[in-house]
Amino acid sequence: MPLSPDEVRNIAHLARLGISEGDIPRYADNLSRILDFVAQLDDADTSRVPPMAHPLDMSQRLREDLVSETSQRELYQKNAPQAEAGLYLVPKVIE
Amino acid sequence: MHNLTLAELSRELQARRFTSEELTHAYLQRIGRFNPQLNAFITVTQDEALAAARAADARIQRGDAGPLTGVPLAHKDIFCTAGVKTSCGSKMLDNFVSPYDATVVERLKSAGMVMLGKTNMDEFAMGSSNETSFYGPVKNPWDQKRVPGGSSGGSAAAVAARLSPAATGTDTGGSIRQPAALTGLTGIKPTYGRVSRYGMIAFASSLDQAGVLTATAEDAAMLLGVMSGFDPRDSTSVDQPVPDYTAELERPLKGLRIGLPKEFFDRGLNEQVGAAVHAALDVYKKLGAQVHDISLPNFWLSVPTYYVVAPAECSSNLSRYDGVRFGHRCENPVDLLDMYTRSRGEGFGAEVKRRIMTGTYVLSAGYYDAYYLKAQKTRSLIRQDFLQAFSQVDVIMGPSTPTPAFGLGEKTDDPITMYLNDIYANGVNLAGLPGISIPMGFVDNLPVGLQIIGNYFDEARLLCVAHSYQKETDWHRRMPPGFS
Repeated sequence: MPLSPDEVRNIAHLARLGISEGDIPRYADNLSRILDFVAQLDDADTSRVPPMAHPLDMSQRLREDLVSETSQRELYQKNAPQAEAGLYLVPKVIE
Repeated sequence: MHNLTLAELSRELQARRFTSEELTHAYLQRIGRFNPQLNAFITVTQDEALAAARAADARIQRGDAGPLTGVPLAHKDIFCTAGVKTSCGSKMLDNFVSPYDATVVERLKSAGMVMLGKTNMDEFAMGSSNETSFYGPVKNPWDQKRVPGGSSGGSAAAVAARLSPAATGTDTGGSIRQPAALTGLTGIKPTYGRVSRYGMIAFASSLDQAGVLTATAEDAAMLLGVMSGFDPRDSTSVDQPVPDYTAELERPLKGLRIGLPKEFFDRGLNEQVGAAVHAALDVYKKLGAQVHDISLPNFWLSVPTYYVVAPAECSSNLSRYDGVRFGHRCENPVDLLDMYTRSRGEGFGAEVKRRIMTGTYVLSAGYYDAYYLKAQKTRSLIRQDFLQAFSQVDVIMGPSTPTPAFGLGEKTDDPITMYLNDIYANGVNLAGLPGISIPMGFVDNLPVGLQIIGNYFDEARLLCVAHSYQKETDWHRRMPPGFS
């Protein structure tokens, strides 16, 4: 089932992904083809199959809730597009 | 010097036949000479490399060196390297200088290895041809009109042309094995959890695994021994002892049970590639192995399952690129939503956007059960097939790829044909198993690879099986014309 331009716009919005209007037909075509391709999975009988959570059936390892990292804020903020006084700056959120 | 394998270079360095500085200089010269045509490196760390080489020479002088001390290598630009740009092949991270080293990088550095630079790759490791890189495509040294494979295409081209004796790679759905096959190299993807993912930029966390591309299985064994092992900083790292891979290389193969899945030889496989697999099996039979026909009845589900699971995890992982803490931020955002959408729209290329959108769709309300949950169930079926097979055989063999290297631009218009190049690779990641590709001959003057799949944590056997073949053949010794 081909995706409509509005569906593509909605997916891009959910993903917070800017795409140009001109590219929408191409994404609609590509995504529709990918979804048609993965729809083959419907032909597999999985009524008695549990979903796989981990290849080795391991569960998440836990650790003691102890401080394990030292603060390296200045080092990390060197990569920030905009930082000031130890804070990351973003466009105004609250009027 | 560049004609030597990593193991040979190690022995020569120990014997002080040349210094690490001389060796490093020789590779840097080759990079300077050949990289402009191949585009295998995004960053060359010349000054750091020479400094590390001098430090390695001092260690060798002091008698405090290990086998890898002073040996150069290149890292795929997906591994964080402290103080060095780590782009992941993306405009999004074009300005990113990693504040820390990935565990893989740290371990190889502690062993005294010398980093030559960071290799080109498909953007965020999403691709099978290295054509999705923000830094342009990489050329295959065997035929520069063809792709080297991907996503570790820069690593593959660099090692194939001997601009580096070895390179790290990552494999989420074939990204080490497929480029190794297309460039005539040995490439191993270990068991999920064997090598730490800390500092390895995430694509699909339940599938991603680090490994290496080398000339020989012996070289891979030396590197994997250092890279492997438990790391508390990776929550999926497995706490299992690491065998001495090098010591295990010489085990006799007599009695080895090889499984040959009939599904690997169905339509889609180039006939000459299929013939090369059978020729390789004859070598193994001569060494005392037995070949058994087996079946992986759910094999056909692996690519469609992969293209639900991998994009779903990618859409979640890549949500961190929001223009706030690091990475690309658009000019003059008017509000937060504008900043997110424009930063991400400008920072990501078309294939990454396709996968994020596919993943967003399959995880969205109303579609989750039909796609994502279904795919996790078919993933169980795929793993079950492998477990069943490994109750009868020790290793599974088949082609690494359906065809030799394809032309640049040949598959970029149709994502599905591109995806199908990893048809024999995807299932191994979905099941979390180890796999290795080794050179098994040439088709139309292009190298082709034999894939050997092992049971969980059976890397030692894979390397031994690969090494045994390489003692009988010289495909892995061939060099692309013009680079010898």
